[in-house]
Amino acid sequence: MARNSSHPGWADVTPRAMFLNRRALMGGALAAGFVGPAAARIAATPSPYSTDAAPNTLEEITSYNNFYEFGWNKGDPKANAGRLTIDPWSVEIGGLVERPGSYPLDDVLRAAPAEERIYRFRCVEAWSMVIPWIGFPLSALLDRAGVQPGAKYVAFQTLYRPAEMNNQTALSGIDWPYVEGLRIDEAMHPLTILASGLYGDPLPRQNGAPLRLVVPWKYGFKSIKSIVKITLTEAPPPTTWQRLQPQEYGFYANVNPQVDHPRWSQATERRIGGGLFAFASRQPTQMFNGYGEEVAALYAGMDLRKFY
Amino acid sequence: MRKVPVGAVYLAGLVPLGWIVWLVVSGGIGVDPVKEIEHRLGKIALWFLFGGLAITPLRRFLRVDLMRYRRAVGLVAFFYVGLHVLVWLVLDMGMLWAQALGDLVRRPYLFFGLAALLLLLPLALTSNTASIRRLGRNWRRLHLLVYPAVALAVVHYLWQMKVVQPQGWLWLAGFGVLMALRAVPRRR
Repeated sequence: MARNSSHPGWADVTPRAMFLNRRALMGGALAAGFVGPAAARIAATPSPYSTDAAPNTLEEITSYNNFYEFGWNKGDPKANAGRLTIDPWSVEIGGLVERPGSYPLDDVLRAAPAEERIYRFRCVEAWSMVIPWIGFPLSALLDRAGVQPGAKYVAFQTLYRPAEMNNQTALSGIDWPYVEGLRIDEAMHPLTILASGLYGDPLPRQNGAPLRLVVPWKYGFKSIKSIVKITLTEAPPPTTWQRLQPQEYGFYANVNPQVDHPRWSQATERRIGGGLFAFASRQPTQMFNGYGEEVAALYAGMDLRKFY
Repeated sequence: MRKVPVGAVYLAGLVPLGWIVWLVVSGGIGVDPVKEIEHRLGKIALWFLFGGLAITPLRRFLRVDLMRYRRAVGLVAFFYVGLHVLVWLVLDMGMLWAQALGDLVRRPYLFFGLAALLLLLPLALTSNTASIRRLGRNWRRLHLLVYPAVALAVVHYLWQMKVVQPQGWLWLAGFGVLMALRAVPRRR
């Protein structure tokens, strides 16, 4: 579980800006025009919660996305998310909190120091990746807002802006905006993070810029993207997939190889990046996506077939 | 139109496969080549199945007679159905036979796909002229199986989607139109 201390960090790799500059020089003045200024890199400390599995490439992580606001196909978010305005951005924190209000993104990001969290990511569609997020524990932000004792759940909402999100139409069959939720103990768990970066750089739009949730022991759809609203509630909040198909998607959506999706098996997964020889990359899915040691206690005594 | 040899249909049928091979070789297939190849093969099979079903209405309503190409269109469709299943079994499931078989019988959408394949198999096997002669009237009856087979294939396609997308409904509507055209009563 713990990361090997001799594992080279991203700081040891050629900085992206330098790499781009080198390319620009090699490609001549013409190429330089396309490169543009490199975004500022995020200083982040490594985390003991990181896996030592090899991360997927930036190319894989940024060109294979489910972000239905931008289209149905895995390549659509990359193609269509470019027009999304992410600056200015603020997050409205409300409900059962001591200090409700609209928090500018800069302020949100100051809740805790940025950490690099290399997490396994398991999609409900039975594929998986390993992703080097930059983020901080959600609990830090919730603590800053001051959770009232009566709060039992946390509701999240994605931006609703049809002018920039091309699939936010009635025709899509999804009731926008996308909403998700966690139980308060899940939200406060140290593994649960708000991510604002990837591979040391600010999060690309197709991955849920500027701020997304990452809950590594749950199916990917729980990790809601481009968050604009966080509400502490007493009652369980609605979640988009549960609303769409309650018999297939539950509130918990914990990764569980023993509880199949009604239409497909969850026993194994295909690790993206195996190329054509994916039969070598189909591997058994782990209970709680391998984070059982940290999170199993949250569900002690619960029938996980019933609370799927 | 009639001058085009039937062999041209078989050759044209290889073009989509060639395109997939090109995408794989050139790296344009994306980061999940297995799913992409599998889905593309299935979609191509659907196109040819629909093409085969369009030939009779084309002749009847538009007086475009492509009847002599129908066998080739059907066989090309079956070729892609076979490749689709093969890619699923070998590249996607990684020949995990137990899970593959378990999924086949337990998952309705996979079962529908399998049923479509099984219904198409005898049609492909009896597509030769000798079978047509030998089976006589029964050949026509046997080949009515293409209707439930394509219906199952369309349902298989829609059912594997997390939510049915507009494109899925278009395919279903297209199938409905092809069926409805057959139900139009003949004049007189």
